[in-house]
Amino acid sequence: MTEFNWITALCGGILIGLSATLLLLFNGRIAGISGIFNGAIAFANDKAWRWLFLIGMVLGGVIYEYLLAPEPTPTSVFSPWEMIIGGFLVGFGTRMGSGCTSGHGVCGLGRLSLRSLVAVITFLTTGIMTIIVMRYISSL
Amino acid sequence: MKQNLIALIAGLLFGLGLSISQMIDRDRVLGFLDVTGVWDPTLLFVLAGAVAVTLITFRFVLRRSHPLFSSQFYLPTKQDIDIPLVAGAAIFGMGWGIAGYCPGPSIVALVLGIWNPVLFVIALIFGSLTYKWYSTRKNRVELTSYTKEN
Repeated sequence: MTEFNWITALCGGILIGLSATLLLLFNGRIAGISGIFNGAIAFANDKAWRWLFLIGMVLGGVIYEYLLAPEPTPTSVFSPWEMIIGGFLVGFGTRMGSGCTSGHGVCGLGRLSLRSLVAVITFLTTGIMTIIVMRYISSL
Repeated sequence: MKQNLIALIAGLLFGLGLSISQMIDRDRVLGFLDVTGVWDPTLLFVLAGAVAVTLITFRFVLRRSHPLFSSQFYLPTKQDIDIPLVAGAAIFGMGWGIAGYCPGPSIVALVLGIWNPVLFVIALIFGSLTYKWYSTRKNRVELTSYTKEN
């Protein structure tokens, strides 16, 4: 893994914050990816903007990875079971809990929402605990 | 039309932000959550940078009576800390710890040309639809028993 770079981390975070600001200031929408994604796959009536946001995200990834990146993003080992189980839990949990890292984290904390603060503390705690348990199991 | 253009630009900034900060590398995220190993503080700086911006800008934006291109703000209305919020966030955290992806980074990581994010996003759709199916079924059962009682 390459070293921790606090400048790119902070700049990336600021871009995400600006993105959330644009969406709220102009469209009145919260930049919560799980919410946007769920609306898009449900083909809701107001779906066009959701798909365009998702397409924009992918375009942003393409522009970085193939034009700007000083070196290709490291690709970690292929772990199909982790993806299937993890993906299912993330999809189920974010719909049940009405948000993910962006909706509750970036936007909810920005709005000083107590619900979002509780959600962020909860998912950080279970995320950390899950890794500890998985490390322990794999060390047995 | 104007709203769609904003959505595209905002999505672009979001995708750039996630890839510049290397959040699309799941090992970085796992390195952050693994507090017992060689801790990687990247995610903390990303979240701090983003929240520092929204904390300031949202205050001004939400003082307006309505957004620039729309007649109203679409904000969450729930205020109470209920079981679905906490249980849902707990389940999400577990999946996050197992896979190292949350929804945003997994979608952007699709451009890397590897299988991990592809599998993750398919499973994400299944998980989300499963909860939707479960909650509508639960509501219907509750509604039926309520009608019977009354």
